[in-house]
Amino acid sequence: MNGRKCRGPACSESSRRHFLSHLGGLAALSTPFASFANSLLANAEDLKKRQKSAILLWMGGGPSTMDIWDLKPGQATGGPFKQIATSVDGIAISEHMPMTARQMHHLAIVRSMSTREADHQRGRYYMHTGFVPNPNVEHPGYGSLIAHELADTIESLEIPPFISVGGGSVAPGFLGTTWAPFVVSPQGNVKNLESLVPQERLANRLQMLGAIENRFIGEKRGQLPKDHREIIGKSVQLMASSQLAAFNVSEEPTSVRERYGETNFGRGCLMARRLVEVGVPFVEVNLGGWDNHSNIFSTLADQKLPDLDRAMSALIEDLADRGVLDNTAVIWMGEFGRTPTINGNGGRDHWARSWSAVVGGAGFSRGAVIGETSLDGREVISEPYSSQDLMASVLKSLDIPLDTTFRSKNGRPMKIANGGQVIPGLCS
Amino acid sequence: MQTVPWKCLTYYSRYTWWVQTGKLFTVLLAVLMVCRCTTLQAEEESTVPQIAFINSQIESVWADAGVEPVERATDLEWCRRVYLDLIGRIPTVDEVLRYKNDHSRDKQSVLVDRLLSDEYVREYAKHWSNVWTTVLIGRDTDNRMIDRSGMRKYLQTAWESNVPYDQFVEELLTATGDNADRSEAVEFNGATNFLSGKLGDGALQATAKTAQIFLGLQVQCTQCHNHPFNSGVKQNQFWELNAFFRQTRALRRFDGGRRVAWVELVDEDFAGQGGDPNEAEIFYELRNGLIKVAYPVFIDGTEISKSGLLPGSLGDGTPYGVHRRRELASLIRSDPLFPKALVNRIWAYFLGYGFTRPIDDFGGHNPPSPPALLDGLAQRFTEYSYDLKSLMRWIVLSKPYGLSSRMTPGSEKDAPDSGEPPYFSRFYIRQMEPEQLYDSLMVATKTNRVEDIERQDRWLSQFVMAFGTDEGDSSTTFNGTIPQILMLFNGDLVQEATSLDRDGFLDQVMVANHKNQDRINALYVASLSRWPSSIELRYANQLLLARQGRVKEALQDIWWALLNSNEFILNH
Repeated sequence: MNGRKCRGPACSESSRRHFLSHLGGLAALSTPFASFANSLLANAEDLKKRQKSAILLWMGGGPSTMDIWDLKPGQATGGPFKQIATSVDGIAISEHMPMTARQMHHLAIVRSMSTREADHQRGRYYMHTGFVPNPNVEHPGYGSLIAHELADTIESLEIPPFISVGGGSVAPGFLGTTWAPFVVSPQGNVKNLESLVPQERLANRLQMLGAIENRFIGEKRGQLPKDHREIIGKSVQLMASSQLAAFNVSEEPTSVRERYGETNFGRGCLMARRLVEVGVPFVEVNLGGWDNHSNIFSTLADQKLPDLDRAMSALIEDLADRGVLDNTAVIWMGEFGRTPTINGNGGRDHWARSWSAVVGGAGFSRGAVIGETSLDGREVISEPYSSQDLMASVLKSLDIPLDTTFRSKNGRPMKIANGGQVIPGLCS
Repeated sequence: MQTVPWKCLTYYSRYTWWVQTGKLFTVLLAVLMVCRCTTLQAEEESTVPQIAFINSQIESVWADAGVEPVERATDLEWCRRVYLDLIGRIPTVDEVLRYKNDHSRDKQSVLVDRLLSDEYVREYAKHWSNVWTTVLIGRDTDNRMIDRSGMRKYLQTAWESNVPYDQFVEELLTATGDNADRSEAVEFNGATNFLSGKLGDGALQATAKTAQIFLGLQVQCTQCHNHPFNSGVKQNQFWELNAFFRQTRALRRFDGGRRVAWVELVDEDFAGQGGDPNEAEIFYELRNGLIKVAYPVFIDGTEISKSGLLPGSLGDGTPYGVHRRRELASLIRSDPLFPKALVNRIWAYFLGYGFTRPIDDFGGHNPPSPPALLDGLAQRFTEYSYDLKSLMRWIVLSKPYGLSSRMTPGSEKDAPDSGEPPYFSRFYIRQMEPEQLYDSLMVATKTNRVEDIERQDRWLSQFVMAFGTDEGDSSTTFNGTIPQILMLFNGDLVQEATSLDRDGFLDQVMVANHKNQDRINALYVASLSRWPSSIELRYANQLLLARQGRVKEALQDIWWALLNSNEFILNH
């Protein structure tokens, strides 16, 4: 073995095994790397089929849901868009979402989201975690939480359990750095995967590194030095993994790529499907640009909604066709909605009091609308739902028990989803 | 490479030889003597009144909380820390040895004074210009209305000349001119970059960021309604503060193409949204749809002239008009929150946590802890004419900054990462900022690219993740997660740092030392500012064996491991 580099996806199974066997040799040195190396060897043999996953389509900036999912035609607040019929009788959505309209029988719209956080940073935190920002505790978001809860079903996973495509998501909070989002570009390029030296030499280097890391950890300097060692283990595992191929959307036939759309969001959604298929429990796909304080209608009609419609409908249809949708929860939302009042610049501003989120797949009801807003869209006139309630429903759809309690670092008990209640009618 | 330091490395390698051959006693004696000296020094109170003030305040925090401070950091730990924090990089081998061989009692203050002197002024200014670039314009490099290198040029000059902080802020708030340093842009003033990208949408960002950065007030949500839990901030105050920015415009300048080539920041008469420049008001909307009027009124209630006209005088000499931004700058400079916001930021920078969390959210909902230390330091900073170097000197020579980062049973109660208030009873370990890592790699490997700012920016931009909002906020993947590890494992920067090229760092180490032991020592001192342990030496020797006499390759492997270690990347 000399000079041959393992290129991740391009690396053959036999050379990968060889690499892992080098790492396995570290066991005798009782380095921290031995344990992960051994588990690698074990897992490589047995690729277990896992159960549930979730995909969050995150609309950064706060999308105007009353121009997409809950139109108010004829009202002063309604804007110029028309409604169209969907594959479900009695449910109508925006004319600029025709392809998604045909998938409506897989989806459920919650039109009675009502929250209080209308600042981007606070809203992003609240909608991801179910908690309002608190200077003393950092709460984990959807991705870290669900990856953590489904961890025992993902033993065979060699790539990170929480992947965020094209955006940063939120921090893992008290669950710790190992549950942080692994951020990749929509092109699926995972940078710096290729080792600078042949595998044998990398194994030698890791032994030396292990000695330095362990000495420092032994000096009792808290959690950070330990986290560093653990992330090194995960990084090495990733470098050697054949599952990296899941990031490579260009392997898909042209027709499939075109169906999702040759956009960053389209590629991200296609990557999400591929990742779910290798067993990643949580993927977040980011589509920004919804902060439309001016010229909202042309921006939505010409840019945002066509891209969204193509990719989202393709994802739902593809997951359903492959039989994966029943095990995969899809969540569509942003940090808040936008003002019913159209401002002087032809835009809509931040609005958290009445807006919509959309879910589908896994244990969710199909072809449903939950809740209702007033004629002008300013008020929720049915039971209002919070971030916590939506989160409880998502967890339920994935069979994650809602009586799970965490202990934050200072020992304070914290209920999963902040004690939210499953939204009636949203889960089947 | 100078000859003397390398001889010292040989000298220290003999200690290790003693350990290995069982002559532990001599070493133990030496260690005991060092400990004794350290203890004596620790008990000595500082004669600088400001430092004594910090120490006594922190000691009462320890007493009240019932925590036992840990022991002091070792000489070399402290030395590495103070280089990283003051000038943004780890010390070189020469610098480590120079400090190690200084046996004077006041060696700490001598080093701090040296790092704050002309000898290091370029590096000092570069480091703080990195820090303030991030504070003032964030890490997102996509905004065409901002010229990062223009911002940096201004900051470099300002910090090289140690501009007093109040003057610095005034320059940022009142700047006019061209934001980029280019031949066509004749009125270059890099300070304009603080505001040039924040004036869109009625200067909402300028309002929010000015309050947040310079006064520690979070007003961004009061744009639409009263602050939900800070009863001190009302919606009208947001717009009254916003009105100060309405005489200012950022003009895009093009050089033929459609891309913005640079931005010119100008002050112009403001006619007001009601059309009367003598009472130039702005309108804003309440949540219930009512429209209200706002004129420039500072957060403490101070009103200035309602005129939107810039200052001038009529034919008969009667003056009229007002310069709204200049008025704002002078009101901010005299606000009691102004020095507190800075002291809180600088303290948090050096100690890992500020007196409030987050550091820029003052108000009754978020009381500072301990309040007397924040107030007292702010007062002393004001008395010292807002001299930043003095403030830094007090902090780095204080007791809490000099503590070890090792936990002891007595200090376990001090757990700010679990939401408790920080008691500063140990040094809170933290990861280097990406700029610190970059410059440390440059200096540790003598690649000498320190001046290549654009390369640094390109390298940094790979970690930035935008959130897709109009505010241009972003997060970083330089946060100890997998992408960062992979970058250091396999990225081009480390590839360069570990290269075996002629006259590269490893080559120099090979040539300057004849024994492998000394070469290994050199690598340890250059990266971790310490000598290897006997266990580490055993591993290093195994590597020498594994490379079968190819010493350079073995050194390369050791060097790679050192640069990738937790001890290297963590500021401890």
